[in-house]
Amino acid sequence: MSHATTMDHEHDHDHKPKGFVKRWLMTTNHKDIGTLYLIFALAMFILGGALAMIIRLELFQPGLQFVNPDFFNQLTTMHALIMVFGAVMPAFVGFANWMIPIMIGAPDMALPRMNNWSFWILPFAFTMLISTFFMESGAPAAGWTLYPPLVLQGGDNIAFAVFAIHMLGISSIMGAINVIATIMNMRAPNMGYLKMPLFVWTWLITAFLLIAVMPVFAGAVTMLLTDAYFGTTFFNAAGGGDPVLFQHVFWFFGHPEVYIMILPSFGIISEIIPTFARKPLFGYVSMVYASAAIAFLSFIVWAHHMFSVGMPLGGELYFMYATMLISIPTGVKVFNWVSTMWKGAMTFETPMLWALAFVILFTIGGFSGLMMALAPVDFQYHDTYFIVAHFHYVLVTGAVFAIIAGVYYWIPKWTGNMYSERLGKIHFWWSAISVNVLFFPQHFLGLAGMPRRIPDYSTQFAEFNMMSSIGGFAFGLAQVFFIYIVYRTIKGKGTTKATDRVWEGAKGLEWFIPSPAPHHTFQDGEPVKDEHLAHVSNH
Amino acid sequence: MSSSEISNKSQDQYYVPHLAKWPIVGSIGMTIAAVGAATFMNSETAKVPVMMYLGFAVIIFMVFGWFAEVIKESERKMYNTQVDASFRMGMVWFIFSEVMFFATFFGALFYYRNLSVPWLGGEGTGLSTNTELWAGYEGVWPTNGPGNVGGEFKLIDPYHLPLINTVLLLASSVTLTIAHHAVVANARKKAIIWLAATVVLGAVFLFFQVDEYKEAYQHLNLTLESGIYGSTFFMLTGFHGMHVTLGAIMLAVITIRMMKGHFKPDSHFGFEAVAWYWHFVDVVWLGLFIFVYII
Repeated sequence: MSHATTMDHEHDHDHKPKGFVKRWLMTTNHKDIGTLYLIFALAMFILGGALAMIIRLELFQPGLQFVNPDFFNQLTTMHALIMVFGAVMPAFVGFANWMIPIMIGAPDMALPRMNNWSFWILPFAFTMLISTFFMESGAPAAGWTLYPPLVLQGGDNIAFAVFAIHMLGISSIMGAINVIATIMNMRAPNMGYLKMPLFVWTWLITAFLLIAVMPVFAGAVTMLLTDAYFGTTFFNAAGGGDPVLFQHVFWFFGHPEVYIMILPSFGIISEIIPTFARKPLFGYVSMVYASAAIAFLSFIVWAHHMFSVGMPLGGELYFMYATMLISIPTGVKVFNWVSTMWKGAMTFETPMLWALAFVILFTIGGFSGLMMALAPVDFQYHDTYFIVAHFHYVLVTGAVFAIIAGVYYWIPKWTGNMYSERLGKIHFWWSAISVNVLFFPQHFLGLAGMPRRIPDYSTQFAEFNMMSSIGGFAFGLAQVFFIYIVYRTIKGKGTTKATDRVWEGAKGLEWFIPSPAPHHTFQDGEPVKDEHLAHVSNH
Repeated sequence: MSSSEISNKSQDQYYVPHLAKWPIVGSIGMTIAAVGAATFMNSETAKVPVMMYLGFAVIIFMVFGWFAEVIKESERKMYNTQVDASFRMGMVWFIFSEVMFFATFFGALFYYRNLSVPWLGGEGTGLSTNTELWAGYEGVWPTNGPGNVGGEFKLIDPYHLPLINTVLLLASSVTLTIAHHAVVANARKKAIIWLAATVVLGAVFLFFQVDEYKEAYQHLNLTLESGIYGSTFFMLTGFHGMHVTLGAIMLAVITIRMMKGHFKPDSHFGFEAVAWYWHFVDVVWLGLFIFVYII
């Protein structure tokens, strides 16, 4: 029997590999891979944010000031692709890597080598995607939805974008498989499914969504590729094809995709609110069922993105009603969060502030979504700034706020240092105010008819655009400040050491291990003590 | 501590490997292949996608290295039943992702046949589209569209080569199952023979498939560019053919491993994973045979 085997297990506890290549490039450790994901996501968040700053700069005043229309479209397209696939999704996978094994008492992720590969595809795929900016054709400019026939006019960038998306898909699928295998196979002996933290539950459901829809997206862009280079006519009516099919296939992927970005947010918020309300999560089981219901509904509502594209009346009606159904499980969640806080002994540390802002602002985004679910009025909103306002409320004040809340909540556990509460609160109020200045006026712009993805606009829209841009610059700057806070915390500058429990009201396995979490946390087969858990159902 | 104690201990524990060197090789290979393919597609002059092949070579190198490591660990009994379960789940959900990939193209096919082509022909709300843009177009499947893209073409007779191929693949599923039973019964020789038969059946299938493509291109004028019929036909059968090729290679590897004495009646996940994959490819073919060739 080889001794290499035992080396891997014996003197484990804080045994980190030495040297950059071994520690990071060849790592199989879920915490290191989680860190890689989070740092990558932060870098992409800044890059995507920088593109957004140029967009808001151009829109500061009517008229063409800084960029030409084609480059403007490249900016909106790449801003979205980078934020969705580079920032938000990897950030959640980073959380999953760091927290899921700890939360369920597992020694590591189920398939550690594949875990490494899932991450190390991303930097390469994004290098490829971003390199299109420097090509003669420029970057893709048809919007992140990549609708043909416009996207097929992209020239050289099509193949690069398609292959980059294939690689991102491979990475996501492998990541999702790992999450499923970890949760289903690696739970500590008495960690039943209904004892799992809600974050683990929402990620389990998200992973199924990913496996189901990433291949569909891969198929859709493959059809774009063959239409562009190999003479197929999937999206060309002259050959019997139909460009609308792309929209159906894209949104069959795209609608579950938006829940892929929001379900883990629900999970994070469902961890934070009970901690600072010092009460168990209200309606734990209903939260699980609501998440599953949202995931199921996400597969049968896709064409609400296409009301104005031309659909039989029956289709319009079906997709309208099905979409409205989603507000029921989502409402269950919002009311459960509110009920959790009801009569709780609440304190308002930074993570809680972000979580509260999430509940309120995400709900606003949900309401504007409900408005657009109405097929007849959607004809007015479609492709205006109203939709831009809507999805930024759900993705920025929704997903991104949840990510930031989660970072503040768990960074003491990750680094062993408390962040500065004073700076965190400044960051919160700065962001919460500026983000509303940034996105709220866009509702009015949209209702007044300002189209999205246009670098110039009629002078009647000038005031609200200027307001929005000022909010945008302020919000962008606030996130640079966030990086400073994170940096200080990692370096332990002007901070205090974190206790193991960190938060007075915290429950769950992660709060009963040292801070920072040791390189290897749990041995295989250690049973979980129920008194450490936040949710212990009698099932 | 005696060495037997050590091995028992490692068996009890979930094996967490350290220092994975292959993933980064895989990422580099994948990137070289993707950049090579994209550059080649965009090039007016390049005849051979050299860089793409180089990337594939790196990927193949990675697959060999990675699997060799896993097989070595498996043969040294470093994996307990819990590790085995992780592998099983991984393979099951990977196959599910493949199902969704094929479902995309089947869904597209149904959409064209039942909705958009009839609309182009003036059905439903498509009346004005038809009269204004494509007057006289009938919208009947098979079609290469109102533009007659790629020119007139003929169809492949489903009851000739495709029927033979259906029989071949179904037979290969049977032979594979016999081999599986032989593995469980610890009849190694029998298992090898039936596995080899499965590989041969797969290879003959591929041979006929190539033959059919030649026939389509040379005599029927049915090409990838024959409008929507050609697009869906070659996309579906082409991706299926790629999967059969991959599956046949995997089966060949499993056969060689059987010859080398790998796999035990109670531990042969590698065999099972490939078998699942092969059955999946078989089921996809049945879908193709019915919805692409016959109907």
